[in-house]
Amino acid sequence: MLYLQNLFVEIYKIFFLLMPVLVSVALVVWLDRRVWAFVQKRKGPNVVGPFGLFQSLADALKYIFKEIIIPASANKVIFILAPVITLTLALIAWAVIPFSNEMVLANINVGILYLFAISSLGVYGIIMGGWASNSKYPFLGAIRSAAQMVSYEVSIGLIIINILLCVGSLNLTKIVLAQETVWFIFPHFPMFVIFFISSLAETNRPPFDLPEAESELVSGYQTEYSGMMYAMFWLGEYANILVLCALGSILFLGGWLSPINIFPFNLIPGVFWMIFKILTLFILFSLVKATVPRYRFDQLMKLGWKIFLPFSLIWVVFTASFLFFLDILPKAG
Amino acid sequence: MKINRLLKTIFMADFATGLIIAIKEIFKEKKTINYPFEKGKISPRFRGEHALRRYPNGEERCIACKLCEAVCPAQAITIESEIKEDGSRKTTRYDLDMLKCIYCGLCEESCPVDAIVQGPNFEFATETREELYYNKQKLLENGDKWETALASNLKADAPFK
Repeated sequence: MLYLQNLFVEIYKIFFLLMPVLVSVALVVWLDRRVWAFVQKRKGPNVVGPFGLFQSLADALKYIFKEIIIPASANKVIFILAPVITLTLALIAWAVIPFSNEMVLANINVGILYLFAISSLGVYGIIMGGWASNSKYPFLGAIRSAAQMVSYEVSIGLIIINILLCVGSLNLTKIVLAQETVWFIFPHFPMFVIFFISSLAETNRPPFDLPEAESELVSGYQTEYSGMMYAMFWLGEYANILVLCALGSILFLGGWLSPINIFPFNLIPGVFWMIFKILTLFILFSLVKATVPRYRFDQLMKLGWKIFLPFSLIWVVFTASFLFFLDILPKAG
Repeated sequence: MKINRLLKTIFMADFATGLIIAIKEIFKEKKTINYPFEKGKISPRFRGEHALRRYPNGEERCIACKLCEAVCPAQAITIESEIKEDGSRKTTRYDLDMLKCIYCGLCEESCPVDAIVQGPNFEFATETREELYYNKQKLLENGDKWETALASNLKADAPFK
């Protein structure tokens, strides 16, 4: 009986985590298009609902009613599984994201490792989609995407090590609480920049949207997908972007902590600050999309392996030795 | 010079400049319009959908001179005519294939009585090809529907003809 009760409580919690996430993904797509349009002096979607807020819902409705086409030569099981995996992995990651001191679904001690593992698995959805389509463009897109995500994961890993050295714990809640005095963006600013750029590459956003470079690869691994399956890729992509924005705000921007711990600011609940920080990072994502042209593939690889990797490695050594010689290494556990 | 370039690359100066320009652009006036709700300004000479006009007393202007049929480079116009009881020559058939038409405006220019004109309407898309084979009745209906705009456009453009 107690078991059942716990189960229902957990399901209830999951429901109330996933619903806002899915709704905010829809709204964030609107925000993205709107920012993009504004930079180009267009109006963007503004017809469906107030300010066009329901545009993504209208799009989703359209996708639901569209026919799902499975190519004759595709590997059907994997072809169908690919978008499912992409979306599931993007949503699973939200389990460990803390929105405030108490508001976290699973406060596990290896939260950051879990997030890192999930985001590495994300590449499987893309590879499976590209391979199972049994077509040239999706395959090329999938190969590019795999190479790109693996390269940038390495530097993200090293950046995370920097933070972990300063915190002494893998728990995301503890990482946030360790920033009560100073946000990690100030001592680790170069790392924040590299983290931001790497997360652009990690989520296949412009300027690193080579896997779906529409001028050369139609739309990469998504080329053969239509209807709801395409919509699942699309949801997964934006959910992933939000996860990385959340991770960025937890690692560098102090998560749910208010910017200044004085009277009017610390009354505002932490959830608000967390959402505010995620949105700020997301708008930065959109602005970058609107500003920069696409990288060439060799430039992308060069940036990942020859610049970001050595630099973040040097920064790790620097941080570690700084903490060690000043004898301020955090106590383990 | 080279060091300067290197420093610019490291500190992403060009990227920052671009980002600032992008942020500035956000607050500038939008260049697009809410199309179905508001429409762009068009010149009085705009060559849109065709119309056959009437005189204020309701008589058709067209005198079946067939100049438009002759001048039409796409051969989109077909005219048949007869002599009416009052001795005037009128069309019995005025077909215009809107799919052939290249919207050059020569028919309007050749018309001695301003009967066939191209109006300001550009939203006459249809779902079938058949609907775009306009006949005399359809063209006259267009003329009645757009007469105010057509007359004012012709008047505005008259000094330049």
